[in-house]
Amino acid sequence: MSLVDLTAVSFAYGRGRTVLDGIDLRIEAGRNLGIVGESGSGKTTMLRLLLGLARPSSGQVSFRGAPLDPGDRSFMRGFRRAVQAVFQDPYSSLDPRQKIADIIAEPLRSLKIATDVEAAVTEALASVDLPLDAASRYPHEFSGGQRQRIAIARAIVSQPELVLADEVVSALDLTTRIRIVELLKALSAKTTLVLVSHDIGFVALLCQDLVILEKGRIVEQGAARDILSAPQHPYTQRLLESTPRLPEFA
Amino acid sequence: MGNLLTIENMSIRHTGRLLVSGVSLSVTAGERVGLIGESGSGKSLTALAAIGLLPEGMTAEGSVLLADRQVIGAADRDVVGLRGTAVATIFQEPLTALDPLMRIGDQIAEVLRRRARRDGRSVSRADVATEVSALMARVALPDPVRLARAYPHEMSGGQRQRAAIAMALACRPSLLIADEPTTALDVTTQAEVLRLLETLVREENMGLLFISHDLPVVGTAVDRVLVLRAGELVEEGPVAEVFGRPRHPYTVGLVEAARAFDQAIGAAL
Repeated sequence: MSLVDLTAVSFAYGRGRTVLDGIDLRIEAGRNLGIVGESGSGKTTMLRLLLGLARPSSGQVSFRGAPLDPGDRSFMRGFRRAVQAVFQDPYSSLDPRQKIADIIAEPLRSLKIATDVEAAVTEALASVDLPLDAASRYPHEFSGGQRQRIAIARAIVSQPELVLADEVVSALDLTTRIRIVELLKALSAKTTLVLVSHDIGFVALLCQDLVILEKGRIVEQGAARDILSAPQHPYTQRLLESTPRLPEFA
Repeated sequence: MGNLLTIENMSIRHTGRLLVSGVSLSVTAGERVGLIGESGSGKSLTALAAIGLLPEGMTAEGSVLLADRQVIGAADRDVVGLRGTAVATIFQEPLTALDPLMRIGDQIAEVLRRRARRDGRSVSRADVATEVSALMARVALPDPVRLARAYPHEMSGGQRQRAAIAMALACRPSLLIADEPTTALDVTTQAEVLRLLETLVREENMGLLFISHDLPVVGTAVDRVLVLRAGELVEEGPVAEVFGRPRHPYTVGLVEAARAFDQAIGAAL
């Protein structure tokens, strides 16, 4: 089943530069998708379109086959409940004045989801391996990796079908990063993930499908295994060759 | 020839708290040394202490010899002369190293004139302009004549870092300290800048102290590596040994994590 589709989507700011050009993309339930691109590739704009935070200049974004309609409030509420996001910077994405329980429960309140809030928050905290007493504390009491867990807990509290993650490990240390990867891997049993990142290694650990973006166009898309083992487009080849790896030692 | 930089049993404190504890390392001419650590490990503080630029309120003890001159406890005017000749530094974000209101060619020229003054030479405008162009070409900046007139905001991140490297080279330092020099760059740009650094260090026979959190990047940039954790060195040795057969549990964890990312894309090579 397709969750979100982009059909012939282009995006430009005013009459200015085209940021995305002729994008066709299907996000299917149960298949994690990695969107890989460098700065200026249009990956952040793509994420904004997928979240319904920006509207395409031409083409269509649809959710479960129906076009996104920002005017239809109950449709958009269903969309927001099903599609949640986690952002790069765990220091700016959490409100410093709110307790963790309130931060995590925010989607339940804003989407008016009738549920046992405390039970939902408890479950979300457990899913991201944070202790229960975190609920009554504030963001500044947590490390970067823990904050990213809190942001993930907030994203999954409404039990979404799709979680979009924008460079979620880029600001984290390597050892923290690998633990967040493990957490996301566990979560993807229940939720489909779309990972937007410049880091092809991170994306490759979690995604079945890949999209390679360069200067607003998709230059290659398909099964991650195929793209990684036999990249077709020169840009994909260059990206893979440029990615530093630990030297092998006999 | 002696060491370009010798740090012995150096500790750094801030209001009584120990941030770096008993670090020793040395760099000789032509040697490429890596300092690896995660956030808060003290790797950047170590670099700052090496050039006598610790932030207000922080104090260093132990010994830091830069070109055989003691940096710890020295008056600033004695250390100023070493920066540029004995050592030049490039940082993660070239924007912070560049003057936003000054054309890039003028910024490089200023370093050249400063060096000439220090050496007691007089240089003509034309000589400086020629050397600016040569330096910009040396760091593979395209169209040096046009780009020399650009302001930092008109350049890409990779071009800015190349310009910062050109300014560092303009000083003809014997030691280059590079603190996360490619972390803010795209991977394709990073690969180019790493190749550039490798070439420059080899051809100028400089020493390199390369500081980064990124194991694969350090692995390609240096020959010998030290691992810093919470202000203490936990392991050091040749890259092949430390990454190939890490001994300290912390290094083992780092290497395993880095390998996991590598293996995910490994099929590609």
